[in-house]
Amino acid sequence: MTSFTGTRHLVRLIMRRDRVVLPIWILLLAVLPASYASAYTGLYPTAAERAAYLAGTASNPSIVALLGPVYGDSIGALTVQRAGLLAVIAALVSVLMVVRHTRTEEEAGRRELLGATVLGRYAGLTAALLVTYAANVLLGLLAAGGLVAAGLPGTGSLLFGAGMALTGIVFATVGGLAAQLTESAGGARGIGLGVLGLAFALRLGGDAGGSGGTGGSAEWLSWLSPLGWAARGRAFAGERWWVLLLPVLFSAVLALVAYPVSVRRDLGAGVFPPRLGPASAGALLTGPFGLAWRLHRGQLLGWTVGFGLLGLVLGGAADAAGDAVEGNEQVAEILARLGGSSTLAEAYLGSTLSLTALAAAGYGIQAALRARAEETAGRAEPLLATAVSRTRWLAAHLVFALLGPVLVLAVTGLATGLAYGLSVGDVGGEVPRLLGVGLAQVPAAWVLAGLAALLVGWLPRLSSVAWAVLAGCLLLGQLGAVLKLSQWALDVSPFTHTPQVLGDNWTATPLAALTVIAAALLTLALRTFQSRDVPTP
Amino acid sequence: METPISVSGLVKTFGRTRALDGLDLTVHAGEVHGFLGPNGAGKSTTIRALLGLLRADAGTVRLLGGDPWRDAVALHRRLAYVPGDVTLWPNLSGGEVIDLLGRMRGGLDPTRRAELLDSFELDPRKKGRAYSKGNRQKVGLVAALASDAELLILDEPTSGLDPLMEEVFQHWVRRARTDGRTVLLSSHILAEVEALCDRVTIIRNGRDVETGTLSELRHLRRTSIEAELIGPVDGLGQLAGVHDLRVDGHRVRFDVENAALDAALRQLTEIGVRSLVSQPPTLEELFLRHYQAEQVRS
Repeated sequence: MTSFTGTRHLVRLIMRRDRVVLPIWILLLAVLPASYASAYTGLYPTAAERAAYLAGTASNPSIVALLGPVYGDSIGALTVQRAGLLAVIAALVSVLMVVRHTRTEEEAGRRELLGATVLGRYAGLTAALLVTYAANVLLGLLAAGGLVAAGLPGTGSLLFGAGMALTGIVFATVGGLAAQLTESAGGARGIGLGVLGLAFALRLGGDAGGSGGTGGSAEWLSWLSPLGWAARGRAFAGERWWVLLLPVLFSAVLALVAYPVSVRRDLGAGVFPPRLGPASAGALLTGPFGLAWRLHRGQLLGWTVGFGLLGLVLGGAADAAGDAVEGNEQVAEILARLGGSSTLAEAYLGSTLSLTALAAAGYGIQAALRARAEETAGRAEPLLATAVSRTRWLAAHLVFALLGPVLVLAVTGLATGLAYGLSVGDVGGEVPRLLGVGLAQVPAAWVLAGLAALLVGWLPRLSSVAWAVLAGCLLLGQLGAVLKLSQWALDVSPFTHTPQVLGDNWTATPLAALTVIAAALLTLALRTFQSRDVPTP
Repeated sequence: METPISVSGLVKTFGRTRALDGLDLTVHAGEVHGFLGPNGAGKSTTIRALLGLLRADAGTVRLLGGDPWRDAVALHRRLAYVPGDVTLWPNLSGGEVIDLLGRMRGGLDPTRRAELLDSFELDPRKKGRAYSKGNRQKVGLVAALASDAELLILDEPTSGLDPLMEEVFQHWVRRARTDGRTVLLSSHILAEVEALCDRVTIIRNGRDVETGTLSELRHLRRTSIEAELIGPVDGLGQLAGVHDLRVDGHRVRFDVENAALDAALRQLTEIGVRSLVSQPPTLEELFLRHYQAEQVRS
């Protein structure tokens, strides 16, 4: 087995390089399920309370769409649903980790340095996969142990842990294959994350129409998604161990493709050859705005298409979701509160579209922080040494931070309106209404984009704090009502102030206020960027 | 004619580190001015202050008759800058970057652009991520040299270039001087500065330690000699201009001022030479010796 020679050394190298990050993400993800379990035990100790929670919240269609299906009202079943996103995070980390230790190494030329030593052809890929697999197995075992310690049955805990580990393992292998295909690590990450996004969209589409344990009409979509498998093992609700064969077989198939590809290509090369660019710049590339367009357009297109598809799925499922909870007073009441609307389908649409506002804010933050990334990569300096003012340079990126969310939310609203309009037979009426809902989310997203911009201008070293603020807003929105936080705490988040446009009486005053705040943040951002050192390390 | 660059008493601190500590620098119109110093001496910090990217804590900085912090945009139309480590956008081709930088400066000469690409043997169609370090540097150089800027600020521009390309670079810098342009060339390589520069400022620990023409700085120009001789070493110690002589049997190592080089070599061949290596001392070695000795004396 000389093809694997040196794997052991590479494994040690990877563990040495990741000795801080690896334990942190394993522990973080492993601890959360047990903490959910004990939270549920404390909050809903009796079966009756849990049944009410299941009916009222856990089987709410937008929760099912986001987290996955729930099979019963036991503590275990509720915990499994709540932990649904953790497997997505494990998958994300696994893709990035494998690419980081394979293609990134090759691109940086470090693999060449090692390849000249005694190293088998398969060693690089194998070492990266082994460590990532092991990390996921450990994560699964710790998570299962945590659930047992929290008082849940052993079999279900083990199935849950195994499902989480195998989800990570599937995507580690996806990363391993993606790393063989392109010459750049960025491209490989793009492919891996694209597959993850597709898997999430499939699962979301499959689960969107369903409520509780009853799958929606399109549940077969969830069976196509590696992210849908773990939940369908039904931990704590009549375990179906055979479902776990799906991720095992899928990983094996991916690996069987990745290995032959990895030896058929040259070191440093990919399956897809790099393309040459133009020898001179086109008419658009004349200044900071033209450059920003080149830097942002790929992501903007990806987000727009992704949100368009999401809108179609959400809009298409809305009518069915309304029917599914018809007659359930409690859900109706909660949805009406969340969506501020009388009909269930509209309430569902209102509440899910307000979630996309957070994602659009994520786009805005990402676009604003791009300016900081350019600065730290040393690409701002040569431009600012030309006849381009700092304001124009920063504004070029901020234009995308502002207009990107508008585009993304408008497309989401349009697509939702189109699909919902088709299902209820009123395209002409629903499209403008839901476009309005989409656009009403924009000012709150602008506030966070403005905050990110201000950090770039004023406190560049802390600019990634913008992500923490977004996470805080997400938590406030998701848990604030459940934890019965007081109104002033909820008011901290700009998203709390977005009016329910589908409701009967709403005013534009909060939207105007949010816009003014965003404008003030952006003005300050441009002002403070004038007077600081570039680059600030 | 105004003085293109005039810096006096420049101080810049980063936290507790004093990167620049009262630096003076004057560059006259039409000259190639070497800005020489070991790594970490403060060359790039000075250049960033000249470009108005960093705000000076104290001292005055005048660039092309203006204040680089206040009038950055107007002044930048008249200069071109190449950073020491050119980083490119991974998805833009080299040609696109050259044109973009040129347009943002206010235009470049298409004929010269083509000539430069040809002489630097640079393929402008490759994407940024595909270029090696040396080729990235060439992209920056072509963009700067193809512009009509009256002042070129080059921060260690040849790092990563092979000797052949170093020659090409020197050719183009000489041509820029012939065209009447002013060049500030920062470097830590003494030989490069010797080959190109009219005047030199030497910077160390954030302070200028010497400024003058090359002949005024002759005391810095030495050669390190390492030789294996046929007979025992004799007579070198008495020669004026020989420093740091170390003898180990038939082997000998010493530094010699270029004025005394001929005499020293005569002495060696008299004894008989089996092998000989000569090289210019690195700047770090030179600084270490020259300025340590000065500190001891003062």
